[in-house]
Amino acid sequence: MSSEEKSMSIIVTKGSLDWAYPPFILATTAAAMGLPVTMFFTFYGLPLLLKDLNLQLTAAGNPAMKMPMMGGHMGLPNILTAVPGIDAACSKMMKNLMNKKGVASIEELRELAVEAEVRLIACQMTMDLFEYSLDDMIEGPELGGAATYIEVATQADINLFI
Amino acid sequence: MADKTLDAKGLNCPLPILKARKALKDVPDSGTLEILATDPGSVADFEAFCRQTGNELMEHSEDGGTYRFLIRKSA
Repeated sequence: MSSEEKSMSIIVTKGSLDWAYPPFILATTAAAMGLPVTMFFTFYGLPLLLKDLNLQLTAAGNPAMKMPMMGGHMGLPNILTAVPGIDAACSKMMKNLMNKKGVASIEELRELAVEAEVRLIACQMTMDLFEYSLDDMIEGPELGGAATYIEVATQADINLFI
Repeated sequence: MADKTLDAKGLNCPLPILKARKALKDVPDSGTLEILATDPGSVADFEAFCRQTGNELMEHSEDGGTYRFLIRKSA
C-alpha cells in the first residue's frame, strides 16, 4: 500500500435486510474506487457472512419505514408489527421493490465485495457467543478480534461504524 | 467508437459504478469505455469515480432519461 493511497474500514454490527445495505454498498464502491477496504463483522452483523442469507426486516419501532403504495407512502402501526408473518411479508415486499428498482441484492453485493478483495474479518468473540464456525460462512472471511480491527483502523483514512 | 460499451440501464446505485470498474479491466490503457445508465445519481457518481481513480470523464450527456458517459482509462 502506498502512503498516498486512501483506505477504509467498516464495523458491521447489524444484520437486517435494510441495515445490510450501507456497509456493502460503501465497501464495494470504495473498492471500485481503488481503496483497500476491510469489513469487521460483529454481533448481529456476523450472520451476513453465512452461506445462506434470508434477510428480514421489521417495521417495529421504525416509523420512518414507509413503502410506496397506491400513489402514496404507507407505514405500519407498531401494533400491527406483532401480527405473525408480518415481518416476512414486509421483507418480501421490500425485496420485490428493490428488484423492480434495479437495486442489487445483498448476496450480489457480497459476491462483488469478495471479488474486489475486500478483507472480511469475522469477530471471533461473536462466533463463540452465537456458536458459529467458519464452515457456516462463505469462503473468504478470516477470524479476528478488537485488536485486529484497531490495527486496521489506525492505518485507515475512513473508519465507519454501521 | 468506444473500445467497450457497458449497458447499465435500469441498474441502481452502486451497480453502474461497480460494473464500470469491472468493464474498465477489459479496456486497454488510454482506451475508452462508454456507459449507458438510467440512474440520475450516476452523473455525480461517475464524476467522483473519475476524480478519485484518475480515469478521465471525457463527456457525458443525457437523452430521454438515458445518461451516456465516455471514460478514458488512465494509462
